[in-house]
Amino acid sequence: MSALLSVEDLAVNYGHIEAVKGIGFELEAGEITALVGANGAGKSTTLLALSGLLRPARGRVLFDGEDVTRLKPHQIVRRGLVQVAEGRAILATLSVRENLALGAYARRDPAGVAASLEEVFHLFPRLEERLEQKAGNLSGGEQQMLAIGRAMMAKPRLLLLDEPSMGLAPLLVQDIFRTLVAINRTGLTVLLVEQNVRQALRIARRGFVLETGRIVLEGSGDQLLGDPRVVEAYLGG
Amino acid sequence: MFTQQLLNALTLGSVYALFALGFTLVFGVLAVINLSHGAVFMVGSYAALTLVTRLHLPLGIALPAAMALSGCLGMAIDVLILKPLRARNAPHLIPMIATIGVAIMLSSAAQGIFGAEILRFPEGTIPAGEFTLGEVHVRALELSIVGISFGLMAVLFLAIRRTQLGRALRAIAESPRSASLLGINVEGLFHATSFVAAALGGVAGVLIGLNFNAITPLMGQPILHKGIAVIILGGMGDIRGALLAGLFLGFAEVMSKAYLSSQMGDAVAFGLLFLILLVRPSGLFGRVLERKA
Repeated sequence: MSALLSVEDLAVNYGHIEAVKGIGFELEAGEITALVGANGAGKSTTLLALSGLLRPARGRVLFDGEDVTRLKPHQIVRRGLVQVAEGRAILATLSVRENLALGAYARRDPAGVAASLEEVFHLFPRLEERLEQKAGNLSGGEQQMLAIGRAMMAKPRLLLLDEPSMGLAPLLVQDIFRTLVAINRTGLTVLLVEQNVRQALRIARRGFVLETGRIVLEGSGDQLLGDPRVVEAYLGG
Repeated sequence: MFTQQLLNALTLGSVYALFALGFTLVFGVLAVINLSHGAVFMVGSYAALTLVTRLHLPLGIALPAAMALSGCLGMAIDVLILKPLRARNAPHLIPMIATIGVAIMLSSAAQGIFGAEILRFPEGTIPAGEFTLGEVHVRALELSIVGISFGLMAVLFLAIRRTQLGRALRAIAESPRSASLLGINVEGLFHATSFVAAALGGVAGVLIGLNFNAITPLMGQPILHKGIAVIILGGMGDIRGALLAGLFLGFAEVMSKAYLSSQMGDAVAFGLLFLILLVRPSGLFGRVLERKA
């Protein structure tokens, strides 16, 4: 086992607020890791910094041994660190097909892109049915499928997901999480940020609990699910 | 008589559309109202004139060269002025004001270098051929202007609809942040868009310079006003809208000059625009779209 991503003493300011106060963690290749915590704990801020959308005040991010802390967002994507942003950030004015095509924007291997498209259709048959529709006309669940499918088109080595369950009906949430497990089984490393703590820790091998910008607990998914502090704070006693 | 005016209107309208296309492209992708677009138009015109008079280049070379030079100017404006403003998250009004400054700088520089008087292309530069089609008198020049304008617009339209680069531009227009998470080099495409838009503006300047055979340091001002009217009428950032509204403005201007009052052409044309906006406040193709961060 080797760490695909190491985060060292990462601190990020959001405006004048220090939203992330020096956190460190590692992601093992091939695992699902969950970063959980309440609203405002600094989870999304952490992900934005990993993708280069926020500049850290201090600390380092190493992706597969390379320091990516100061790289621009598109350069980070091109290294295989791909994020599905919060709130189903699909391009509403573009068709499903165009969204998926843009997922592969940085790739130069047409055969590989075609194969990825087949895989995405296999994961989400609904997307194939709606290929020519405007993404903005899809249902919430379909938009989340598109957001994940589009990220898969980039052939990521690490997939970051920011609240994929947000705003979705419970059955759809289960679907999405099942898909994440299936994607992970193909060898893809996943970092899942969730407020839906129970679901996230169930599928995660390891988890970190973030509170007001600091990691306060870490352990295996099962350990955390059984930890009285987690139960009390996040799982409703 | 009427068909003759139709041809004049088509010529003028196609150049308006070409000019407005660059203008609306920058607005759509960079979210900036670039008020130096008229000055770039003027620079394109002087560039072609200088290449013809000083370097004795034929128009067929001077035109694309002036287009490329205007493009470089547009990119320089983006890199030197708009980019630093983006980097510090300047509010929307600031880049717009900055581009007014650029426009003033460029036209006063042109006045310093070329003088304030009207300059003309030397005799023999402009294609002189003409023929009669029924009762319509067609100049080869007009035909070339319409052909070049529509040709360039068609290329741009297809590029934006059908290519991966065009999809990337539409992604940026919707959300620069989402675009960057797809691996799109947003800053790079801002520069490229500025180049293309200014190249279109510059070529429009050359075509208008040829059509009226009159080049002055202030020629960018009236066309800028028309460009603003066209992109508002077409729906801000909408390419089809800019095309239709540009043609419409050309028709309105030529027809009102021909049949109502030769002095009041602009007043009538702009009055019509105003009326249309009363009925359709967001323009012909306008959608109210909130841009995401």
